[in-house]
Amino acid sequence: MEHFISLLVRSVFVDNMVFAFFLGMCSYLAVSKSVKTAIGLGIAVIFVQVITLPVNYLLQTKVLAADGILGVDLTFLAFILFIAVIAGIVQLVEMIVERFAPALYSQLGIFLPLIAVNCAIMGGSLFMQQRIGLPADNSQAITCFADSIAFAIGSGFGWMVAIVLFAAIREKMEYCNIPKPLRGLGIAFITVGLMAMAFMCFSGIKM
Amino acid sequence: MGLFSKKNKEALNTPLFKENPVTVQVLGICSALAVTSKLEPAIVMGLSVTIIVAMANVIISLIRNTIPMRIRIIVQLVVVAALVTLVSEVLKAFAYDVSVQLSVYIGLIITNCILMGRLEAFAMQNKPWPSFLDGIGNGLGYAMILVIVAFFREFFGSGALLGIQIIPQSFYDAGYINNGLMLMTPAAFILIACIVWFQRAKDKSLQEK
Repeated sequence: MEHFISLLVRSVFVDNMVFAFFLGMCSYLAVSKSVKTAIGLGIAVIFVQVITLPVNYLLQTKVLAADGILGVDLTFLAFILFIAVIAGIVQLVEMIVERFAPALYSQLGIFLPLIAVNCAIMGGSLFMQQRIGLPADNSQAITCFADSIAFAIGSGFGWMVAIVLFAAIREKMEYCNIPKPLRGLGIAFITVGLMAMAFMCFSGIKM
Repeated sequence: MGLFSKKNKEALNTPLFKENPVTVQVLGICSALAVTSKLEPAIVMGLSVTIIVAMANVIISLIRNTIPMRIRIIVQLVVVAALVTLVSEVLKAFAYDVSVQLSVYIGLIITNCILMGRLEAFAMQNKPWPSFLDGIGNGLGYAMILVIVAFFREFFGSGALLGIQIIPQSFYDAGYINNGLMLMTPAAFILIACIVWFQRAKDKSLQEK
């Protein structure tokens, strides 16, 4: 249980997907013009992350690994299988949400299909694959199914925190007098850089 | 239509500066930032992406008329994933150290927006040869930004280039200190911002209102 909480908190603040690993930057920069859409996309990312990451964990440990049910080391197929799972689940989630929660669907609408190519989702699965091999006393290690869920919630939530904070700053920046060549992309990068610096302060946290 | 007609040259040239994938189209930022703390992985990453974009563009362009529109994203993803797996295995075999440094970011080429962006915007509508040139152009445009950022980060962050010490020991004896911040994440963001700033100050047509 202690490890579960530690993993959760670490992946939100210390190993933040955006500020520590630069993942999901494309949609991060494109869809952060207003806080409302940022929250929508953030929720969609958490949603997909929490479903795909544990599924990929099971796939990795039960099927692909050398001691899985097939008894053959198939880890080189991981890229193709992970992306297939992600694309498939995104489609499935889209259909389910459309059927049972039309209000949520119209809010997430355009973002859902885009998540299939969001690096934060694929990155989450690849980091999970890497962390399975770590020794159990390492605070980043993913040793069981529950750990993979903690990592999924943490990394998804961390991404959402990052995009909502950034969108809020960007809304305020609309009213600032920024040098012409820096407007838009330039100032956005500098802002993210400063936010990353702020988030570096969390790296001292020991759980 | 010759192999290097005007239109084909454009497909190769514009992505280098005018339509640079990183600084103008804002694609593929994730890996552009993550692998640039040293020059060597940045070069390897740039080349891998160039090869994969070019190959994927050619393959998708060859089969573009047979892909059903509804499932084209999945078809594209599978083609890209297969190519990335190949490149990753080759790197593991011949450049193991670099492949360890690049870690997950090689796998993340699959979700690199440059690939999906070029496949959707160019390869789906064009013949294989222009698509190949477009892929090479975009890959090199991406690699160029990576190398520029990595140059500054490695030079100021560890006083070396490609792992060879450039700043002499006497500088350190005289009190010069490497800028450790350059090796951390914020520096990558701010350096890209500087490149964008420079490019937009030179070329006013790129400025946002």
